[in-house]
Amino acid sequence: MLNYTLGHYGYWFTLVLMMLGLYGMLLKNNLVKKLIGMTIFQVSIILFYVCSAVKWGGKVPVLDPVIGAADPSKYINPIQHTLMLTAIVVGVATTGVAFALVISIYKRYKTLDEVVLLERMKNDNDAD
Amino acid sequence: MIKRDENPILALGGRVISPFIMLFALYVIFHGHYSPGGGFQGGTMLAAAVLLVRLSAGSDMGELQFKKSWGTYLGAVGVLIYFGTGLVAMLWGGNYLNYEYLPLSFPANENRAWGILSIEIGVGLAVMGILAAIYDDLVEGEPNAWNA
Amino acid sequence: MKIVNYLILIVFGALLVYGSAWLPERGNPNEPLDRELSYAGTPGAAYYYIKNAKKDAYTDNMVTVILADYRGYDTLGEETVIFTAGLCCYLLLRQRRVNHDKKG
Repeated sequence: MLNYTLGHYGYWFTLVLMMLGLYGMLLKNNLVKKLIGMTIFQVSIILFYVCSAVKWGGKVPVLDPVIGAADPSKYINPIQHTLMLTAIVVGVATTGVAFALVISIYKRYKTLDEVVLLERMKNDNDAD
Repeated sequence: MIKRDENPILALGGRVISPFIMLFALYVIFHGHYSPGGGFQGGTMLAAAVLLVRLSAGSDMGELQFKKSWGTYLGAVGVLIYFGTGLVAMLWGGNYLNYEYLPLSFPANENRAWGILSIEIGVGLAVMGILAAIYDDLVEGEPNAWNA
Repeated sequence: MKIVNYLILIVFGALLVYGSAWLPERGNPNEPLDRELSYAGTPGAAYYYIKNAKKDAYTDNMVTVILADYRGYDTLGEETVIFTAGLCCYLLLRQRRVNHDKKG
């Protein structure tokens, strides 16, 4: 039981962040608050991947001339770090596009609240 | 944005610090081989240097450093450099993006190191151009962002 | 309507905590992720990359070698995604000139 907790407690903190992000996306009515929840969710996924790439007594994955490359259990796993490098920048670009869409919605419907927005869209469709 | 008064201290501080951030970002890109760093990290720091002047001294001062219309052009140039390295490798006989066939006169090891460097430069330029272009698009039409 | 959202949140959270019992133990170097041979007999990726990065590409930093050399094609895709996102912002928001009417 203690071994299980020591091996898995890092994942539980990441799950708490994920649940906070999902709470913001599902249960808030303002569009900008939903976007903030989406950003928190993305960051929690990045943290989850980087959390799983650790070894006891391991070192940063840059080759050390003293240790050498003969024993790969002395360096932590570099694959997860590589995948998450691009994920960070893609997250920023996606948030930029999401805000551009929110600005376009505000210019057209003059509101940022989800319930009022759905009413106005329905009235638009019924009036056509 | 809320209209704020002119802040000469913020404007001066941003204008003085921004070239040093760009210099450090160039160091991070070129030393991606020997220490943590590389294209994405350096490109984001270059974009931060450009955005600092726009946020602290207004977009009018930012136009003097980095014009608004250069953003998407730099993004396209960065992607072209990346594609171009792959095509050069293909035209000289190898597979696409196989750097051992680049026309440089080094042993096969170092050819791959030079291929990695040229890709990182392309990625850095593309990320800087696109992040600056996204900020300029979001701020378009706001009269208060233009003269701080 | 809100009660359905709350239920979704709680059920999803419970499922994730239950499913995280089978995740690899953090820190153990004998996990199937880091072995020399995977379960199917093929060479394990992380073992190969750490051993052969300096020999193949004359570079100390293993993360850069994986990003730009062993998996360079994926980085090309990611850069195209960033460029497409920038282009989408440009098309949505830049106010372009009004077209003049063409005389027939």
